[in-house]
Amino acid sequence: MIRNTRIAAGCSLLLFLALLLGAARVQVLKAPEYDANPANRRQALERYAQPRGDIYAAGRRLTGSTDTRQGLRYERSYPDGRRYAAVTGFASQLYGSTLLEDTEDGILAGTDPRLAPLPLWGDLTRGRRPGGQVHTTVVPAVQKAAFRGLRGRKGAVVALEPATGRVLALVSSPGYDPALLSGNSPATTLAWDRFLADPAQPLLNRAIRQTYPPGSTFKVITAVAALESGVVTDVDAPTRTPNPYRLIGSTTLLRNESSGCADAPLREAFAQSCNTVFAKLGATVGTARIVATAEAFGFNEGLEIPSPVLPSHVSTRMDPAQVALSAIGQYDTRATPLQMARVAATVAAGGRTMRPYLVERLADADGETVARTRPEAGEPVMSPGTAALLRQLMIDAVSDGTGGLAAIDGVTVGGKTGTAQHGVDNSERPYAWFISWAQRPGTAVPEVAVAVVVEDAEADRADISGGGSAAPIARGVMRAALR
Amino acid sequence: MTTATDPAEALRPPGRARRLATPPPPVPRPRRRGAELLLLACAVGVIAYGYAAVGHATSGALPADLVTHLGGLAALALTAHLVVRLRAPCADPVLLPVALLLNGLGLVLIHRLDQGTPGDRAAPAQLLWSALGVVLFAAVLVVLRDHRDLRPRAGKYAFTALCLMAAPILFPAVNGARIWIRIGGLSLQPSEFAKVLLAIFFASYLAANRHALTFTRGPRIRRLLLPPWRVLGPIVAVWGISLALLILERDIGASLLFFSLFVAMLYVATGRAGWLAVGLLLAAAGAAAVGALEPHVHTRVADWLSPFRGIEEGQGPGQLAQSLFAFAAGGALGAGLGQGHSLLIGFAGKSDFILATAGEELGIAGLTALFLLYTIFVARGYRTAIALGEPFGALLAAGLAAIITLQVVVIAGGVLGLIPLTGMVTPFLAQGGSSVVTNWVIVALLVRLSDEARTPREASRPAADPAPRRDPARGTPADGSPAPGTPADGTP
Repeated sequence: MIRNTRIAAGCSLLLFLALLLGAARVQVLKAPEYDANPANRRQALERYAQPRGDIYAAGRRLTGSTDTRQGLRYERSYPDGRRYAAVTGFASQLYGSTLLEDTEDGILAGTDPRLAPLPLWGDLTRGRRPGGQVHTTVVPAVQKAAFRGLRGRKGAVVALEPATGRVLALVSSPGYDPALLSGNSPATTLAWDRFLADPAQPLLNRAIRQTYPPGSTFKVITAVAALESGVVTDVDAPTRTPNPYRLIGSTTLLRNESSGCADAPLREAFAQSCNTVFAKLGATVGTARIVATAEAFGFNEGLEIPSPVLPSHVSTRMDPAQVALSAIGQYDTRATPLQMARVAATVAAGGRTMRPYLVERLADADGETVARTRPEAGEPVMSPGTAALLRQLMIDAVSDGTGGLAAIDGVTVGGKTGTAQHGVDNSERPYAWFISWAQRPGTAVPEVAVAVVVEDAEADRADISGGGSAAPIARGVMRAALR
Repeated sequence: MTTATDPAEALRPPGRARRLATPPPPVPRPRRRGAELLLLACAVGVIAYGYAAVGHATSGALPADLVTHLGGLAALALTAHLVVRLRAPCADPVLLPVALLLNGLGLVLIHRLDQGTPGDRAAPAQLLWSALGVVLFAAVLVVLRDHRDLRPRAGKYAFTALCLMAAPILFPAVNGARIWIRIGGLSLQPSEFAKVLLAIFFASYLAANRHALTFTRGPRIRRLLLPPWRVLGPIVAVWGISLALLILERDIGASLLFFSLFVAMLYVATGRAGWLAVGLLLAAAGAAAVGALEPHVHTRVADWLSPFRGIEEGQGPGQLAQSLFAFAAGGALGAGLGQGHSLLIGFAGKSDFILATAGEELGIAGLTALFLLYTIFVARGYRTAIALGEPFGALLAAGLAAIITLQVVVIAGGVLGLIPLTGMVTPFLAQGGSSVVTNWVIVALLVRLSDEARTPREASRPAADPAPRRDPARGTPADGSPAPGTPADGTP
């Protein structure tokens, strides 16, 4: 009977071992799968059990948390939600999160291993730390000027610091109040449905998630390509361009909105935004060179600032007529406002393109920095000489060209207007563009570069509309940045 | 004896020395009561820490009644210890501390779940039941001076057990099962009490008839040789009636427990593997029949096969899915007491699914510790069975160990999704007054048995088992007074 008892004891031991294996199966092997099951409310409960970390701009809180004392306890609040919506995005209990709320979720929710004092221990306990801080590069005064400037018109403003690539302002309009989407009440659903149904698309981040035909602002890139390739060696020499200009291999005649473009030199053509001259330059420079220059500026490439930026597009296979149209920002060339701000910033910074970034540093709940973004320079897009020439061209375009409304007393301002037609047969109202930079006297590099796009500009199809609708907004933003 | 005095022999390793033809003179065996007291103090410390941790996690402060609770717990532990010291001085020193620790951890877990269900507090009642259990533990040790006193009344116990199991039929069903009887405000689960009584009956009957069951030839079904009906009849009848009653009452977990207990004790008594085969076949047949006939059971099996069925059908996660989620959320070290979300399990979270709370808040580390505590407890039970020379006591100890094993395996396997979920009380941990009281009686019986197993005996007592005893595995004659320590030392 002793032997039988031993065998029975052995069987009991095996059963307990089976239980241990079963526990390991559920708690270790299957745990990630079970944790991620959408019917498992733990993720949500824990996520909202503590106040979410906040997003800051120049030490000022852009976000907050409200204690609802419900199951999903803390709700996101936004003290000035509409103004910063394009920076923060929303963090909704029902609809997920976007932009920085999404990309920096690990820090804000306290799950990022960088927040744990001992990283391996954090992985083991899978503990949740108090939410960390995300400090953005946004300057509230600049953001405010940009938001005010758009006045709710459809469009976007991006301001960059040319020397570093820091994003000083990021506004999309019409915006929305992200606080309306924070909770999980019927009101939240209602707000969401309303935003989705709104033809003005308030949830669309036009600054980084929408591409527009860049229109004449693309002429900066064409000019760089022409100068760098040696097609133009003297900006004051006549370009021998007829007016109107007939696109190669087609019967289409290209005209200008402004006068004095026939045979105009590059400086004149830039200031007056002569389509004929730049179309011809584009055709002469060729697809490869135009595309290479555009790509050096950041076209055809995704970017994360860390909010994901839609790639700007320029076709890599074009016939001469298409290159000619692309060279004046038409055909299928499209760019985000951020991309065009980057073009202006690159010219302003002397030909080096700095990678734009929106997050200055990440910190834990006590403000201890856990990560910092360093400025990152790309390959030089143009020689410093070309950059100096381009700056002069842009200065001229403001001082006695189409961008006159952007001029600021006592400050060097360079800019380029643009108007992009769109819709079938150009039936819809054009997009007004303005890209510019501003430099205080006595400084080495311009402090700010801006891109403004206004949809449905209340102007005729004249190229001047870029200067009329968009340039004053850029001026306000630059003034705020220089203050 | 001459070799023992040989100096060369004295230098030999103890393993050799044990194989001497004559056993060495019995050495006074340490009673280990001090060790028990130390272990009890550790158990009280762990429980108090758990209680404090729950308070800190849920209200941000240490519970105000920590000291009084701690004092009460220590007083209970000390009472139990003193009773053991006086009435069973040679008892196994591990049984009582393990039981106390498990019971205390169960109270902590139930108290923790109470924090999430303010309208339905279960911990105070459970605490009362636990205290009653400890009192009963002491009473059994005081009253029952020799386990063999149970033997003459085994038939009465069987009758009482059947009556107890039949009683719930007279009461209304709760959640589809007629398991409970209600007297006043009290709700009892008589099948819990019945299991100890039946274990006593099985042990007594099998001890008396095990040779007949092992060797006597009876009816033959093909190659399967059965014992004579005269021997087999009563025990199969008891088993069959208890099973039938349980199926009538829809208490599938208890049916499984009784059936498995019966087979296990039968195997321990006879050593015939054929019984295991027959048992497994019967179990399979019974399970298939019940699964096909009972929609209740059919659902459980379907849940087990696809725990996330409810989610796919858009009804949200079922209990088993929530239980698996809770375990998974625990991970390696757990969320910490009071910081999990096992309340999402909902109904039966404090009883059937208490292990899910343990798994979520203590992690696989804590769950492993709990399983190890059970393993230690059960191992001590089997060890007692092996150390006892006397078959009734040995069978009873093995049966009681098997009861604990089966309960843990059935419910833990169920909530972990290893086997279909059947209602079963996790011993000591889960909410359930009848269960905790019964389990304390089991502890008392094991303590009493281990005391007898470990008491050094000078003179042999009159053999309780008149049948000639020969252990086939060892070939050592068992004369009713084996050399103390020898079998126990042989256990791994």
